[in-house]
Amino acid sequence: MSTAGEGAGGTGRGGVQGTRTGDPGAQPERTRFAWRRTTLTFAVAVALGVRAALYGGDGTSAPEAAAASAGVLAWVCFLVLAHRRITAMREDRPAGMDPVAVWAAALCTLAMATAGVILLW
Amino acid sequence: MIDRLRETFRLWCAPRRLRAEGSTPDYRFSLANERTFLAWIRTALALVAGGIAVDQFLTGLSWGMRTTIAVAVLASAAMCAFRAVNHWLGCERAMRRGEDLPVSRFPVLLATATALAALLVLAAVALGAGR
Repeated sequence: MSTAGEGAGGTGRGGVQGTRTGDPGAQPERTRFAWRRTTLTFAVAVALGVRAALYGGDGTSAPEAAAASAGVLAWVCFLVLAHRRITAMREDRPAGMDPVAVWAAALCTLAMATAGVILLW
Repeated sequence: MIDRLRETFRLWCAPRRLRAEGSTPDYRFSLANERTFLAWIRTALALVAGGIAVDQFLTGLSWGMRTTIAVAVLASAAMCAFRAVNHWLGCERAMRRGEDLPVSRFPVLLATATALAALLVLAAVALGAGR
């Protein structure tokens, strides 16, 4: 957590209002990319899950198909959350995350982990 | 101790209560906390992918061995996801109150477990055990 820029901007708390250059750490950009990276990681996990359902063991059973679909659905939910957060990052000083959105993001991940367990059988 | 647990539990159930505490921290600190949260979520997702990959690609091992390793890895993924929320809540609350950020043994635990799992898989693959 850097406090650089407190003096540089002259106005404290992140520099001049209305300019991205007022934030020497480019915090909104970094956070935006973090959401992108996480969505991409989620996509990799979902792809592996779908592969497990299609080619794993003996054919695709109903629970396997359901688990793979749940994984895709969880990814779509996460994508929506990420998109909303990325949109919020356009602001000069984005507000902190809604605690409910934090929970929702974690629940999507948990859903994927559960789908993974079902896909083992 | 009991009081603290009860308070944490209340915060888990109604996380929006967080906003009633202290003052809103500098937005950069909140964003840093958000990125830490996302890093933990990525760790969890990587473990999910790893768990599925163990089952898919270590086909030389017996079914029991493969499934045990995969379930252990997926369980640690679920723990990481919980820990992500818990740590985010704890940090956000500490920042709002102007307290020190929380520390925990979880990273050490995860690192040790990951190292052990890696050695186990290495041994199983190299020695051909559990076929």
